[in-house]
Amino acid sequence: MEALTDSISALVLLLNFIVIPGLSYGSQLALGALGITLVFGILRFANFAHGDTMAFGTMVTILATWWLQAQGVSLGPLPTALLALPVGIAFTVLLLVVTDKTVYRYYRHNKAVPVTFMIASMGVMFMTNGIVRFIIGPNDQRFLDGERFIVRARDFKAMTGLSEGLSIKVSQGLTIVIAIILVALLFWFLQKTRTGKAMRAYSDNEDLALLSGVDPDRVVLVTWIITAILATIAGTLYGLDKSFKPFTYLQLLLPMFAAAIVGGIGNPIGAILGGYVIAFSEVMVTYAYKKVFIYLLPQSLEPDGLLQLLSTDYKFAVSFVILVLVLLVRPTGILRGKVL
Amino acid sequence: MTNAGKTRLAFAAIGALLLIIGLTQSWNVSLGILNLCLISAVMALGVNMQWGYAGLLNVGVMGFAALGGMSAVLVSQPPVVAAWNAGWGGLTVSAICFAATLATAIFCYRKLPPGRNRNLALTLVIVAGLFLTRHFLDPAISSIEAVESAKTGYLGGMGLPIILSWIFGGIVAAGIAWCIGKVALGLRADYLAIATLGISEIIIAVLKNEDWLTRGVKNVTGLSRPVPYEIDLQISPWFIDLMRWWHGSALDGLAADAQQQALKQFVIDGSSIFVKLCYTGLFAGVLVIVLLLSVRALNSPWGRMMRAIRDNEIAAGAMGKDVTRRHLEIFIIGSAVIGIGGAMLTTLDGQFTPTSYQPLRYTFLIWVMVIVGGSGNNMGSVLGGFLIWLVWIEAEPVGVWLMEVGTGWLDENNALRIHLIENAQHMRLFFMGLVLLLVLRFSPGGILPEVVKKR
Repeated sequence: MEALTDSISALVLLLNFIVIPGLSYGSQLALGALGITLVFGILRFANFAHGDTMAFGTMVTILATWWLQAQGVSLGPLPTALLALPVGIAFTVLLLVVTDKTVYRYYRHNKAVPVTFMIASMGVMFMTNGIVRFIIGPNDQRFLDGERFIVRARDFKAMTGLSEGLSIKVSQGLTIVIAIILVALLFWFLQKTRTGKAMRAYSDNEDLALLSGVDPDRVVLVTWIITAILATIAGTLYGLDKSFKPFTYLQLLLPMFAAAIVGGIGNPIGAILGGYVIAFSEVMVTYAYKKVFIYLLPQSLEPDGLLQLLSTDYKFAVSFVILVLVLLVRPTGILRGKVL
Repeated sequence: MTNAGKTRLAFAAIGALLLIIGLTQSWNVSLGILNLCLISAVMALGVNMQWGYAGLLNVGVMGFAALGGMSAVLVSQPPVVAAWNAGWGGLTVSAICFAATLATAIFCYRKLPPGRNRNLALTLVIVAGLFLTRHFLDPAISSIEAVESAKTGYLGGMGLPIILSWIFGGIVAAGIAWCIGKVALGLRADYLAIATLGISEIIIAVLKNEDWLTRGVKNVTGLSRPVPYEIDLQISPWFIDLMRWWHGSALDGLAADAQQQALKQFVIDGSSIFVKLCYTGLFAGVLVIVLLLSVRALNSPWGRMMRAIRDNEIAAGAMGKDVTRRHLEIFIIGSAVIGIGGAMLTTLDGQFTPTSYQPLRYTFLIWVMVIVGGSGNNMGSVLGGFLIWLVWIEAEPVGVWLMEVGTGWLDENNALRIHLIENAQHMRLFFMGLVLLLVLRFSPGGILPEVVKKR
């Protein structure tokens, strides 16, 4: 009997510290990587400004949330930020469409090489970063309100009588649910609607799509709009789950790129898969397994170290190592995307 | 206008700006900016070699600069004997374990037939090797970090003059660049950019966390200097005499008592300017050497080959040029120059703080310098380094001033006004992006475009 409860406790530990954080972080990465992969598929460049686009969308959402909170509006147990999301999305769409018209369109019409686009996106990154820091400052901002937890560790312990608690934050639950809905909508759009089909055709073979009467400007516009929606939602969910700081969003760029490339760049399903692969490897490699083994092994074999493969500060290294391995072993990514 | 004329005009303009800053703000500020301009120019030259000569997109400048900074610590700090005694055994054993793991992994990769078995064997060897290494490394590290952790807690350095670290920093950066280049240089431009971005983040993570190496986030302060200290200068007779002679006319008209007071002030002000001038001389020397070598390299057959590879890899390959090898070569050389720049920067700061390395400042700003100055043109990169650093520094006071003037009609305590003035400094990021985009759009070659010799 004791052996059984011990193994259940070990399972709960893994669920609490690996599965749930991995799922929510993975969903956030997947939404971000989807934006990168869409821009790559349609506009054919690696968008360095994506992290800061996320920061921008989140910032507008935060400002709208604060305004709503000041007006006394709230969603009860859910965070008010959900109500503010449309505002954030609207401004981010505006930002992306304006940068496209002023920056990228010129290079697109001149058929510039992808590297030029990439350097231009560095310029856009600087400008967006400057705007975000100018408006909201470089510091941490918290904007989570409403209920904190779906399941509290203490309640879970009382309910099951186990010695290990399981806690699920509202932000984690929301992230997973919203990510599923968004991804379903996106795939419905890409597979079933005329515009979505046009986008896929354009991504697959530009010349053929143009000959078939696909309007390139429209395809690009829709791509930016979808990217804005995904980036704002991903950024807001990340901000709700952790906290908002412009610099962290810049650093998210690397895991998001890694997710997009590992899954197969230009391939939306690959981006989602890549997001979870990166997130789970980061969480699993940096988790200290000591407690799990204490439950599973007899007392005489108890480990004395933390059994942590890498310290948490090396999580960048994890996404990077996976990236390099995939590039060396299978350059097209797991799901055969394009080769850059 | 010809490039030569433009170069002269541009540098004259920068000189004039520095003069204006010197006259209106202070000479200390002006020389401080000039010193960082010189370092920026060295780093920009390194990036220009990689991007301008060879078309390699290295977005990991920050990492190489930090490696240079690390070597400043490792060269100049005195060795911590107690820590060495505590940890050398464990370190040696774990280094041997690590090398053995690497060798076994390479052996497996080369000798076993490709397939699932090889992958399995490789994974096993690597995981087991890592655990074995950690088994010896962890106790060694904790015993090193336990040695007076508030003061040292690391191995210390070699106790050599810090100026040697400029060479050492170049060598370290070159070594790491060789490892990275071996893995990443076969990739297309976009992948290389993302890969180098990742590597620079990892380098910073290592420097932040490996306390036994560089004290991590506890920082190393009070690095030794290649130039005299202000306090020593202020009591050396020759320096006081120099100041008396320099300010002779101002001192003559004063009474003996006031003269003494004024001289004291002149000596204090003069000493910090003198120190900065010494740095300027050293940095300018390095810059001139690097610049001369790069100009010669660019105009040599080797440089011509590099540009041929950049402009058309396939054609150059068809002519029998070893593209991958040449790329590796220039990647290493460029990274070494960035490493030298990083070591110089840490020497100037007198301290090594891993948390201060941020990609916007150390990677992307250097890129703006190269693109704006003129990629492929050495003088252009130097100019870009000077110009962008000047703008980067002066944008802050100018931005604050603009905001103060612009919001002058608002009340002193108006929340909006306070917010705008407080956050005005962040607008310089915005301006940098704007400058980059404008140059890229309207003058893609930069201020001083690459000169293509027609024959």
